[in-house]
Amino acid sequence: MSLIDSLPKVRKLNLPKADGLLPWLVPLAILLIWQAASLAGLVSPRVLPAPSDVARAGWKLLWSGELGRNIWVSFWRASIGFLIGGGIGFAFGLANGLSQLSAKLTDTTLQMIRNVPHLALIPLVILWFGIDESAKLFLVALGVFFPVYLNTLHGIRTVDPQLIEMGRVYGMTDSELFRRVIFPGALPSIFVGLRFALGIMWLTLIVAETIAASSGLGYMAMQAREFMQIDVVVLSILIYALLGKVADSASRALERLTLSWHPAFSKH
Amino acid sequence: MQQALRIPLSDVDVIDSTDVIGHAEAFCHARKPGVSPQPARPEARGLPLAIRDLHKSFGDNEVLRGIDLDVPVGQFVAIVGQSGCGKSTLLRLIAGLDKPTSGSISFGEAAARPEDIRVMFQEPRLLPWARVLANVEVGLGRERQSAGAHERARHALEEVGLAEKRDQWPAVLSGGQKQRVALARALVSGPRLLAFDEPLGALDALTRIAMQRLLERVWADQTFTAILVTHDVAEAVALADRVLVIEDGRIAEDISVDLPRPRQRGSAELAALEGSILGQLLGPGTTG
Repeated sequence: MSLIDSLPKVRKLNLPKADGLLPWLVPLAILLIWQAASLAGLVSPRVLPAPSDVARAGWKLLWSGELGRNIWVSFWRASIGFLIGGGIGFAFGLANGLSQLSAKLTDTTLQMIRNVPHLALIPLVILWFGIDESAKLFLVALGVFFPVYLNTLHGIRTVDPQLIEMGRVYGMTDSELFRRVIFPGALPSIFVGLRFALGIMWLTLIVAETIAASSGLGYMAMQAREFMQIDVVVLSILIYALLGKVADSASRALERLTLSWHPAFSKH
Repeated sequence: MQQALRIPLSDVDVIDSTDVIGHAEAFCHARKPGVSPQPARPEARGLPLAIRDLHKSFGDNEVLRGIDLDVPVGQFVAIVGQSGCGKSTLLRLIAGLDKPTSGSISFGEAAARPEDIRVMFQEPRLLPWARVLANVEVGLGRERQSAGAHERARHALEEVGLAEKRDQWPAVLSGGQKQRVALARALVSGPRLLAFDEPLGALDALTRIAMQRLLERVWADQTFTAILVTHDVAEAVALADRVLVIEDGRIAEDISVDLPRPRQRGSAELAALEGSILGQLLGPGTTG
C-alpha cells in the first residue's frame, strides 16, 4: 500500500464527525458576519435586514400557516412539472437512443425547440393558460424535458459497444440486454441530466410564480416587495437556496444507492 | 499473482532460438493446410470444427480468401499471424460474431446449442454494475434462471481460483483477476468449443504465464475444443497441439506440436519451434 492510499484513512481517523459539518461551515460563517454587520449598523435594514429579522418574519409566517401553504404549493408544482417533463424526456431519450427510426423522426424537431429559451414563452403561455396551474406546470415540464432527454440519449448512445456485443454473444434477449447492460450503462449520464433538470425546475418555477401566480413562494416574494417587506423577500430567497440543496442531496443519495458499483460513487 | 511469482527462473529464461534451430525438425512437421494432424482424444466432449472455402470481405477488402480447416474434437489450435492477416476475423466467424461472405462453418453432425460455443475476448468485458458472481452467471445464457445457476457459477469461480471474490465489484479486481472472471464466465455453461481472441494480450509477463497454465489446466480438465488467436508465438507453441500460420487471408502453414505436457517454458524444443514459426512469419533471411 502506497502513502497516497493511506492518506484518506488518516484524515478520517482524526476528524470523524467534523467531516459531515464541514460543508456548512461557510454558510454559517456568512450568517454570523451578516448578523454582526447588521448589529453594528454597517448594513441598513432597508437594504438587507439582519438574519434575526428574517428568522422572525419566517416564524410569523410559519405560525400564520402562510409559509407552509406557499412552500407546499411550490413543491407540488415543481414535482408534478418535473415528473411530466422528466418522464416525457426520459421516454424520448430511450426511444431515440434505441431506435434509429425514432431518432430520425424526432431528434431534429426536438433540437430546434431546445434552442428556444423556454422562459421566452411566458407571454404566450399566459395567453394560452392564463395564470392557471397548468401554465406553471407547462413551463416547468418544458424546462426539465431537455436536460433529461439529452442526457438519457447520450447515456444510451455511449454504452460500451463491447459490452453489448458480449451480451449478445452470451444469449441475452433484447429486454435482458436493456435491463442488464444498456440501462445500467446509461444510468450515470441519466443522473447528470436529473441534476441539471432539478436546477432548471426551481428556476423556471420561481420565474413563473413571480410573473403570474396567486400562490407559491415566488408569489409570496412578489407580494412582500409590494409592501416593502424586505425580510420576507430575503426569507424566500433563503428558502430557494435550501430547497435547491434538498433536491441536490436527494439526487446524490439516489446516485449513491444505484451507482455503488462505480468507483467514483463508492463509499470506500 | 502469488502463483505467478513462484515460477522457477529456468521457466522464464530466454534461450537464443538460433542455437537450437536444428532441433525444430524433430518436433515440427509442416503439413498441407486443411489436413487434421492429430486423432481425436477419445474421452473428449468437445465439438469438431469443419470449415470449407471460407471467404470474408469488408467492402472491397477481402480479409479471408478461402480457408479450409478441420479441427478434431478436443484439439487445442493456436492461430498466429501478423496483425491484419485475418486471424481475428476467422475467430469471430467461428464464434458466430460475424457472418461469412461465402463458405461454411460446421460443428459436427448435431446442431450446436448457443451455450456450446463461447468466446473469451482480449478485454474482460465484465459488467461493471454486476458483482463478480453475477458476471459469471451471465455465461449461463438461457440457463441463467435455472435452479442450480448460483452453484454452477460458484463452481466456475473456484475453478479459476477466485471463489473468495464473488461478492466484489469488478472495479476492485486486478487485470489478471478480471480476465480470470471472464474465463469463469466462458466456462460456466460447460462449452464444447472455446474461442480465445488474444485473451492474455493485455497482461504483464508473469500474470500471463500463470494464465497460460490456468488455460491449459481447464482445457485438460474440461476437454473442450480450443481455438486460440494470439500474436505471441511462444504462447502458441507452449499451449497448442497445432499451430496455424495465417498469411494474406489463407492458412500458410499448419504445424503440429507433438511435445508432451506439461511443457517446460524456455526448453530447447519449444524455442526451436518458436524460432522456425517466427522465421515463417517474418519472411526468409531473418532467423539466421
